[in-house]
Amino acid sequence: MPNLTVLDLLKIKEDTQVFLEAPGITTLLICGGTGCHATGGKSVKEALENEIQAKGLGQKARIVETGCNGFCAMGPIMVVQPGGIFYQKIKPEDIPELVDHQLIQGKPLERLLYKDPASKKTVVSQHDIPFFAHQMPLALRNKGIINPEVIEHYIARDGYMGAAKALLEMDKEDIVEQVRLSGLRGRGGAGFPTGVKWDFASKSPGDVKYVLCNADEGDPGAFMDRSILEADPHAVLEGMIIASKAINSHQGYIYARTEYPLAIRRLEIAIGQARNYGLLGQNILGSGHDFDIEIYQGAGAFVCGEETALMRSIEGKRGMPRPRPPFPAIQGLWEKPTILNNVETLANIPQIIIRGGAWYGGIGTETSKGTKVFALSGDINNIGLVEVPMGTSLRTIIYDVGGGIPNKKKFKAVQLGGPSGGCVPEAHLDTLVDYEAIAKVGAIMGSGGAIVMDENTCMVDMARFFMDFIQDESCGKCTPCREGTRRLLEILIKICDGKGEPEDLNNLETLSAMIKDASLCGLGQTAPNPVLSTLRYFRDEYEAHIHEKRCPAKRCVALLKFEINPDICTACGSCFRSCPAEAIEWQKKQPARINRDKCIKCMTCFEKCKFDAIF
Amino acid sequence: MIQSFQIEHPDITPDMVGRIDAVVAENRSKSGSVITVLRECQNIVGYLPVELIDYISSGLNLPQSHVYGVASFYSLFSMKPKGRHMVKVCLGTACYVKGIKEVISRIQNTYHLEAGGTTDDRRFSLEAVRCLGACGLAPVMVVNHDTHGDISSDKVISILEKYT
Repeated sequence: MPNLTVLDLLKIKEDTQVFLEAPGITTLLICGGTGCHATGGKSVKEALENEIQAKGLGQKARIVETGCNGFCAMGPIMVVQPGGIFYQKIKPEDIPELVDHQLIQGKPLERLLYKDPASKKTVVSQHDIPFFAHQMPLALRNKGIINPEVIEHYIARDGYMGAAKALLEMDKEDIVEQVRLSGLRGRGGAGFPTGVKWDFASKSPGDVKYVLCNADEGDPGAFMDRSILEADPHAVLEGMIIASKAINSHQGYIYARTEYPLAIRRLEIAIGQARNYGLLGQNILGSGHDFDIEIYQGAGAFVCGEETALMRSIEGKRGMPRPRPPFPAIQGLWEKPTILNNVETLANIPQIIIRGGAWYGGIGTETSKGTKVFALSGDINNIGLVEVPMGTSLRTIIYDVGGGIPNKKKFKAVQLGGPSGGCVPEAHLDTLVDYEAIAKVGAIMGSGGAIVMDENTCMVDMARFFMDFIQDESCGKCTPCREGTRRLLEILIKICDGKGEPEDLNNLETLSAMIKDASLCGLGQTAPNPVLSTLRYFRDEYEAHIHEKRCPAKRCVALLKFEINPDICTACGSCFRSCPAEAIEWQKKQPARINRDKCIKCMTCFEKCKFDAIF
Repeated sequence: MIQSFQIEHPDITPDMVGRIDAVVAENRSKSGSVITVLRECQNIVGYLPVELIDYISSGLNLPQSHVYGVASFYSLFSMKPKGRHMVKVCLGTACYVKGIKEVISRIQNTYHLEAGGTTDDRRFSLEAVRCLGACGLAPVMVVNHDTHGDISSDKVISILEKYT
C-alpha cells in the first residue's frame, strides 16, 4: 500500500466517524483490559456475540472490544453508546436478559448498573459515577472508547493529526518549543521537563539518534503504562514519531516488560498497521522524514527502568546503570544521542502538538502542568485507573474518586511512588498533586502508583517489604546500594521478629543517609525513602515493636501470641472452619481456643475473624 | 558457520536442538540479541541448563561469561528445571497489602514448596513475581496462563488442586 497523505488521513477519519456514529446502531463497548479479561470478560463477549446473532440483532448493535476502561474493581465492564450506560460485573449468564432489556426493549437492565455505595442510588450513565466525574482524561482520552486493534478508530479521534502537523507544518525548533511551553514533565518518576530533554538531544551533534519509550513499568502497584498500551497504543507511537522529528531520529525502540503480554501484542498490531499505512517507515505522510519503531522485551529487572541501565539492556548486556554525565542526550544507546520518555509522557504529546503547548500549560499548578494518571489500589473501594488534573488533592482522589476505605476501616496512609517513594499519612491528605508538594511531605510523584493502606497495615512490615524488593533488585554495581540495602533489610527483619534494639532506629537513619548520598543511580539514591517516610510518620509503631515487642496492626507473626480473647469472641466459629491445621477448638456458643501445639501460624484465622478477637 | 560443538542434555531433544539452531541463526548478526535468544530458547526447553548457555554462546560467538552473566542477571531466566505448572504469585505492593503473604505461606505449607523452587514430582514451580500490573484484582496468582484474582489463603489450594 502506498504511503498515506494528509488528505487520505482526513478521509479515513471522516469515513470512520460516519461508520461509528451511524444512527440507529447501538455500540456495546466491552472492556478488554487485563483486569476484565481475568474476571471473565472474554466469555461475556462471546456470550454477547452469540446472543446478538441468535436474536438477529446484527444490524442494530455493534460490539467493540476496547482497552482498559479504568474501573477495574467492577469488571467485566460494558458501556453502551449512545447514552454512556455503564454495566458492571457482568456474567455470561446475564447476557440474554441484558440483550433483551437494552437492545430489544430499549431500557437499561437495572440490576447490573452501578450503585453508589454512599447514597445507595443506581447510576445509569458513566459520567454520573463519582469515579469518573472528577477525572480529566488526556493521556487516557481514548480508553474505553476505541478498539485499540483498529487504527481507523484511533484516526477517527484525531489520531496521527499531531504527527501530520509536526511533520508537515513545524520545524524541529517549533516542536521542542511547544513541548517546552506545555510544561510537560517526565511521568516516569523524576519529573524532568520533557522539552528541555528534547532540546538537548535536538542540539546534540550526530547523524544517528534514538527515540526510546520506557514501558518497563517496574514500580509495584503501578499499571497505567500497561493500560495506556492496551487501550491506546497508537498514541504512544504518534508521540514517538513527533519526538523523532524533534531530534531528527530515524529509529525508535519501545522497551516493554515481558510480564505484559497483552500490551506487547497490541503494540505489535499497532506498529504493523502504522507501517502498512506508511505512518512508520520511509517518507511518512510525504514529509521526507523516515522513522521506524521496534519492540524490545525486557527480561525482568526493576533497575532497567533507570535510563542508562535500560540502554545497556537493549544492547544485550546486564542492565547496570553507569555514571552520568555523559547524559543520554549526548551519549545514550550505542553511545549515540538518545531520548528516553515514559509511556504516559509520550501519550500526552499528540494533544500538545494539536492544541498547542499553551493550552496544556494552562492546566495544573505553577510547576506541574497537565494531568497525572494514578493507579489506585490496595484498601480502597474503587480500584482502578484515574487521571486527574495536577493540583487535585490526595483526599479528593482517595475519597471522591476512590470512594474511601472498605469495611468501615480507618485510613492509615497512601503509598506514592513505589519503592522510591513514601507514605503520606492522614495529616497530609490535603497535599495537592504537584511534584514539589508531594516531595515536601516525603513521598514522590513517581510513576503514579497509589496504594491505600488501612489501619490493619503494619508500617514497619511495609518498610521491610520495600527493602526486600530493593535489596533483591539492586544490580550490585555500587557498594552503598548493594550492601547498604541489605543491612537495612536485616535491621527491619530483626525489628519485625521482635529482636529490635533501641539503637536500631538511629542505625536505620544513619545508613539511609549514607545510601542516599553515595549510591550511583536513582534506584539506590531513593532506596531508603520507604524507611525514612515511615520513620517520619509512624515512629511510634517502630517503637512499639522494639520496646513493647508488640505489632499494633497485628501483622508481624513473631509478635503475635495466637490466642483468642474470650471476652471479644462471639463464638461464630469462622476461625474454626477455616483453620487448615485443625488447631482451633470450638463448640457452639463457646469461645474458640487455639491449640498452639498444632497451630502453624498461617494467619488464616486473623483474616477470618471479623471481631478482632485474636491477638 | 558450523556449530563448533554439539549439545547433549537429557531435557533437550533433537527437535529442540533444531529450533534452537534456527533462533541462533536468525539472531547471530543482530547486535544486542542475546536476551531475545535466551528468552526464545527458554521457551523451547523450559529452562536454561548451563550446557545450553554454552551452546548459545558458541552459536552467537560471544564469551560464555557474557551470556551466563546476562542469564543470571535477569529474573526471567532460570537455570533450574521447572514444574508442569508454573505458579506465579504477585508480590506487588497492592497484593502485599491485601494479604498475599498468607497465600504464599499456605502454598509453601501444603506443597512443601519454596518460592523459586519446584516440587519433587515436578508438578508445581512457585515463583514470587514483582507486580503483574493487575492490582485491581489483588491479591493475584497466575497459574500457567490463567489469572486468578481476589484469592485468599483458604481459596488457593482448591484452585491449585485443579492443576494435576
